[in-house]
Amino acid sequence: MSKVLIVAEHDGKALNPSVAKCVSCARGIDGATVDVAVLAVDGAGLAEAAAAIDGVDRVLRIDNPANEHLLAATVAPQVAAVAADYTHVFGPSTMFGKDLMPRVAALLEVNQVSDIMEVLGPYRFKRPIYAGNVVITVEAAEDRLLVATVRTASYQAAGDGGSASIESRDVDAELPGHSRFVKLEAGSSDRPDLQTAPRVVSGGRALGSEENFELIYSFADSIGAAVGASRAAVDAGYVPNEMQVGQTGKIIAPELYFAIGISGAIQHLTGIKDAGTIVAINKDAEAPIFEVADIGLVGDLFKVVPELKEALGS
Amino acid sequence: MRGLNAAAARASPPPARGTDRHAGDPRVKKILVGLKRVVDYNVRVRVRGDGSGVETDGVKMSINPFDEIALEEALRIRERGDVGEIVAVSIGPAEAQQQLRTGLAMGADRAILVRSDRDVDSLTAARMLLEIVRREEPELVLLGKQAIDNDNNQTGQMLAALWGRPQATFASKIDVGDGKLTVKREVDVGLETVEVDLPAVVTTDLRLNEPRYVKLPDIMKAKKKPLDEIDAAELGAEPDDGIRTVAWEPPAERQKGIMVEDVAGLVAALKDKGLF
Repeated sequence: MSKVLIVAEHDGKALNPSVAKCVSCARGIDGATVDVAVLAVDGAGLAEAAAAIDGVDRVLRIDNPANEHLLAATVAPQVAAVAADYTHVFGPSTMFGKDLMPRVAALLEVNQVSDIMEVLGPYRFKRPIYAGNVVITVEAAEDRLLVATVRTASYQAAGDGGSASIESRDVDAELPGHSRFVKLEAGSSDRPDLQTAPRVVSGGRALGSEENFELIYSFADSIGAAVGASRAAVDAGYVPNEMQVGQTGKIIAPELYFAIGISGAIQHLTGIKDAGTIVAINKDAEAPIFEVADIGLVGDLFKVVPELKEALGS
Repeated sequence: MRGLNAAAARASPPPARGTDRHAGDPRVKKILVGLKRVVDYNVRVRVRGDGSGVETDGVKMSINPFDEIALEEALRIRERGDVGEIVAVSIGPAEAQQQLRTGLAMGADRAILVRSDRDVDSLTAARMLLEIVRREEPELVLLGKQAIDNDNNQTGQMLAALWGRPQATFASKIDVGDGKLTVKREVDVGLETVEVDLPAVVTTDLRLNEPRYVKLPDIMKAKKKPLDEIDAAELGAEPDDGIRTVAWEPPAERQKGIMVEDVAGLVAALKDKGLF
């Protein structure tokens, strides 16, 4: 029988929504038990939150002063130390999981399945390669531990209502001192989180300047949407890098996505192909974004967006 | 709880080698840069008609773009006088010499091809690179954060783990200090800064730099630079087939959408879908 361990991503205060998405993915393995490992300085509240996720069987609470910042070099040996009790170890394909999980896999001397988008069996999965232009089916050896990351955009978060047991664990692993956290510069925003918001408005290079990007913020705010951007807009300095949507930025799956002044480079499309409805507004009728859009409007964004805000905003 | 990993502690940096010398001692004597040969990023990759793999016959091959950024960063560190020698390494078929020659033309001092005619998985690649690291003793290994063919995003982290050394992944800024690096990393909420002791593995993100174009005289010069070939088997890392690809298919297509004439049409379409 499959026993899955999920490594919980959190910021010390709250669990990241990726935890509940990993639970959904793990639940896709027939008959699997699903445990969540919470590594923190004092993980009492986080462990309770994990125990409340529907479908979680047990929470491993691993407290350690070294877990103030979840650096891969410190977290990986702790995860590897508890992995022996499991058949599968999952993490999210967020920057946290992408950084951490291969280090865990290498300590356990196995390869990793990156970006699971579909579970076909306990050792059989689908995942994207070539920026999502190809989907492959991979089969992993059943006699080895399986380490994987879960493509979070492919899964809905598991709900609440769970009542898993919480077990405190002392992990005896030698932790290195060669890597140190210095600081985190986080974009301060009262807007919805780009990775989980049901509505997202993104702007592209056609906005032309940081000042003009206000148009995007203002429309997004009027409909309660998160704000994203194309790589071109980030590279041009209109917005900070954490707003980038696409293959090398964030891969998202909102119910409604507005691509405004975005031509639709393949790497951007990769980041939005799981969106429910894609709306494209662009003055170039030949822009590739229209090939994937559910609703397309050819027009000048500086005229269209204020009208749209007027019609839809509250 | 924070003990030093004794196995990873290194006695003293290796003696400097190479020919490119600057006044004063560089902070990093040697950087190893990984260059993977991949299908060029402009090629729209397709699944073969019979579903047996990806169509790669006759398509343009290039250096993995993230690896090109890694090499560019090594060159910029050298231009600041902080590195002695830059060694480019590739694991791949004989044709990967082309990518290494391009790397030499960009400015790497010498190159090593680990010759392998079959696909090499991430763990095996990390093991092979570790063996190269043991032979070359670089203080810094710079790799792209992922190769744009399999998009695994694993090798750098795996090498760091096997080596017992720090990793700074998804770097968007690297400052070289004495015996350490300060690296800004792209994370989901913004930018994280970490400090890591050398030797270390750093993987590069898009915004670290913009790689230079290669000039014709440099291509000529690169022909004279050393390019050594090592048979993959000689490195002692057996391929790991713990994870096998058994099927290839194109992604699910989105249904064809509609075009609207104006804002009123757009609003009506959104309401029609129950989205407002």
